Amino acid sequence: MHRGNKGRCRYPSAIDCSGKLTQRSLMHGFANPTRFLSIARPLTPALMVTGVIMVAIALFLGLFNAPADRLMGETVRILYIHVPAAWLGMAGWTSIAIASLVELVWRHPLAGIAARASALPGAFFCALCLATGSIWARPTWGTWWVWDGRLTSMLVLLFLYLGYMALADASQKDAAAGRNGTARVAAIFGLVGAINVPIINRSVVWWNSLHQPASITMGKSAIDPAFLWPLGMAVIGFSLIFGAIILMRMRTLLADIRIEARMRRLAAA
Amino acid sequence: MPSPMKAKHQRLVLISIAFIGLLAAGLIAAYALRGQASYFYTPGELAAAEVEPGQAIRLGGMVQTGSIKKQADGVTIDFIVEDGKGTVPVRFSGITPALFVEGSGVVAEGRMDRAGFFVADNLLAKHDENYVPREMKDMTSADVKKVAGTVAQP
Repeated sequence: MHRGNKGRCRYPSAIDCSGKLTQRSLMHGFANPTRFLSIARPLTPALMVTGVIMVAIALFLGLFNAPADRLMGETVRILYIHVPAAWLGMAGWTSIAIASLVELVWRHPLAGIAARASALPGAFFCALCLATGSIWARPTWGTWWVWDGRLTSMLVLLFLYLGYMALADASQKDAAAGRNGTARVAAIFGLVGAINVPIINRSVVWWNSLHQPASITMGKSAIDPAFLWPLGMAVIGFSLIFGAIILMRMRTLLADIRIEARMRRLAAA
Repeated sequence: MPSPMKAKHQRLVLISIAFIGLLAAGLIAAYALRGQASYFYTPGELAAAEVEPGQAIRLGGMVQTGSIKKQADGVTIDFIVEDGKGTVPVRFSGITPALFVEGSGVVAEGRMDRAGFFVADNLLAKHDENYVPREMKDMTSADVKKVAGTVAQP
């Protein structure tokens, strides 16, 4: 794989190809696709392997080693999937929002790619959180679903993800067809939707809800250490896998753009 | 002549103002929903809320220790829901969820009758934020004491 950018650019004009970074800030350095790829290529398997190992250990400890809960019994074990899924569902939208801000203000094309890469994994974990929560709720609360503040705001997050993916797809197609009108719509939507994240977080504090309040708050934990250790490990492990998947998806999207550009050059020639 | 602001700084300021405004609007709206978006009334709130008898509501609180009384028909139970600010007697006929025990949280769906009884059609057990292993059910830490009485054999 050649890395040189002399002569002609491998990316369409929307992407900054200047290999020269002398007068640019550090942030601009990371916005350069070539430099990004040279970091992302080794980082992807490193994150993935570490994450998978951590999740495997955490799930083994959680499913076989940790004790059953005093009241919930064995159903407490779904915690080791549900909590990381909820965390990543919200973290996914937070990264969409931050990347959208960078895209809108500094016009970095890689930021838009990062935002679009975060959407599908975020939506997956959001859906996983809702599904595992529902399965846990049936034996614990006695119902699959209630319309309380926490559950409803999490469902809204899933719909926001679906809306964002549809928008990002449409604006991508527009850009490919040479129309530029909708280019920033997905980024604006990503920023506006971020309002839901603090609402999800505060929903159990502001409103009486069937969902229990946070068990871990600012250094205090109402979760026994026997449950907490595997849980912390599962959260970190799933987060590393999440990071690896986002890097993979960003590389795929960049490759798509390159293919598109090459096809266009061939068609023009 | 004032020096022109860089375009990206202008965008940053504009987007920040717009986002902060939007965030404030969203949070204020969510905060204002306080009453409407709450999933249930607590006994204390119910006393202040002037709910009509027969109106469908949900009541949530702790099941008072020692208050669950089985009626003669075998399927009806009476118990008291408390929240530290008030108590409401509840009557329910049917199968209770596994986590429904004295001293733990409950959300009852139903309506007040004229005699001041809450007649529940459905009971939901509310789990609290404490996760305690079965073997440690007798531990004395403050967190567990807070929910004293939840000790039950599953």
